[in-house]
Amino acid sequence: MRIATVLTLVSLALLAIPLVAPAYYVTLMLPFMAYGVVLLGLNLLFGYTGLVSFGHALFIGIGAYTGAVLTSRFGVRQMELILPAAALAAAVVAAPVGALCVRYVKIYFGMLTLAFGMVFYTFLLKFYKLTGGDEGMRMLRPSLLGSEWAGLSKTAYLVGPYYYFSLAVLVLATLLMWRIVRSPFGLCLKTIRENQVKAESLGVSVPLYRWYAFMVSAVYAAVGGALLATPTGNVDPTLAYWTHSGNIVFMVLLGGFASFFGPLLGAFVFIFLQDTVMSVFPYWRLTFGAVLAFMVIFAPGGLMGLFARPRPVEVSRG
Amino acid sequence: MTANLVNILMGGVFHAAILFLVAAGLQVVFGVQKIFNLACGSFYALGAYTGVSAVAYFTGHGGPPVLFVIPLALGGLAVGLVGVVVERGLLRFVYDRDETFQLLLTFALVLMLEDLIRMTWGTAPVSTGGLYLSYGQAKILGATVPVYNLLVIAASLVIALGIGWLLTRTAFGRIIRASADNREMAEALGVDMRWVYVRVFTLGSMLGTLGGALVIPATAAMSEMGIELIVEAFAVVVIGGLGSMRGAFVGALVVGILRSVAISVYPELEMLLIYLIVIGVLLWRPRGLFGTAAA
Repeated sequence: MRIATVLTLVSLALLAIPLVAPAYYVTLMLPFMAYGVVLLGLNLLFGYTGLVSFGHALFIGIGAYTGAVLTSRFGVRQMELILPAAALAAAVVAAPVGALCVRYVKIYFGMLTLAFGMVFYTFLLKFYKLTGGDEGMRMLRPSLLGSEWAGLSKTAYLVGPYYYFSLAVLVLATLLMWRIVRSPFGLCLKTIRENQVKAESLGVSVPLYRWYAFMVSAVYAAVGGALLATPTGNVDPTLAYWTHSGNIVFMVLLGGFASFFGPLLGAFVFIFLQDTVMSVFPYWRLTFGAVLAFMVIFAPGGLMGLFARPRPVEVSRG
Repeated sequence: MTANLVNILMGGVFHAAILFLVAAGLQVVFGVQKIFNLACGSFYALGAYTGVSAVAYFTGHGGPPVLFVIPLALGGLAVGLVGVVVERGLLRFVYDRDETFQLLLTFALVLMLEDLIRMTWGTAPVSTGGLYLSYGQAKILGATVPVYNLLVIAASLVIALGIGWLLTRTAFGRIIRASADNREMAEALGVDMRWVYVRVFTLGSMLGTLGGALVIPATAAMSEMGIELIVEAFAVVVIGGLGSMRGAFVGALVVGILRSVAISVYPELEMLLIYLIVIGVLLWRPRGLFGTAAA
């Protein structure tokens, strides 16, 4: 199995990175892993169910603010509590929001999610006493596995225990999502995307399945958001801004929404490309906008789509 | 009391006048090309910066400051021609694609234009200086309103009427409406869609850039102004109904005035209120107040 070999090599590389790579690149891996979790969930909605959310940063914001509120206001420092709390908070918000949004598809779904995202953004921005306004809130160093790791400097903490903790969360999230998309539930979602009428006639409750997908993706986004908050150290309203939602959709497209691992590749390339571009040229948006335009027009299948290309060529050759 | 009320109201109507221009651009493009152009806010920002530069050039070369609206409007309109490049260079490739890709392409444009503006004009806000009040202030029911605001409101009304005239009374307007209604049939009757699309998109972008240019004497141009305005313009078209010009007009008034009232009564509510209304409209009447397309 080729894919099994690739996965083994990637896993070994991920385990070895903190031991061999410079600390700077290891700290870049942290947002990659956080976004990886977010995008796995987003792609359940985008790639598997065919719904494009332009407000998913809302749930990243919820996860990140849950972490910040718990650590800096309530003194809850255990990451093992913060992640479930973030997931729960996202589920509580996503249940009604999702129920309303999944009644619509296409552009209306996108607009409704965008509007909900902006509601949360303005709430974060304007309700200064609760949220810290545009300055945001500090995310204190969470404890991992019951230890504060007090002896470690910030960088040593991030590239050591926090790296492996994030990796473990990402691996668990990936395995779980793999199970979800392979399950009858995942197949139902794909059926809905391909042919809604047929799905309905086969007895699949379309809105209910869309709502499930919305819930799962919201929970994933919040867990990713909470993971993202620690390396950033400070959470602010821009996490929930609509352009952030656009960026994560971009990451999915960059990697390839039609593929299970596409979003992970997209997050990786996005983070590292952004870093590379910014080190030579301050205008990363110009470069990324051009990349996105190019991808949309010439390679809508993303980077994974480029790898998977050979098949139709062989057919046309014969 | 009345003075205060008039102030709030006039502030809202001024904002609505600007919002209408941008939203009208969004609507005409959505109506014909079925593309929700996220970059309409970026056009607005582009128009604003160009307006500042045009005015600076004009006054710097001995132009009388009182006539600053002329280079302002001309600069705003001229930079709108970038729509030709955008339509021919990017959008024409995705007309037959899923709307997700169309949306993402306009998002790519948002990213690119934001940085192009930063590269050209820098990151610090720029403004036209003290020209805002060069037409003086008018007293209306005890409130003082800058005459410039009244000019912009009047200009926006004239443009609204002009668009109405264009759409209902001219051959081009009939072609636009026919293409919006049934693209295949219009094509079968000999309408060259490429010709329609490039003109409609340029019209849309020019409305956006003009809106940006006209707002600029009253405020300063900032590189984020585009991405902030798009969500307001978005609220306008959702409330009014996607693709409807009348909807853009009413929606702009609703958003402009509500925002103005909220800012003075309870500032925390400002945009929150607008988005809650947007959600309410989307849920209760997804096609908006004047829209015809079903969800």
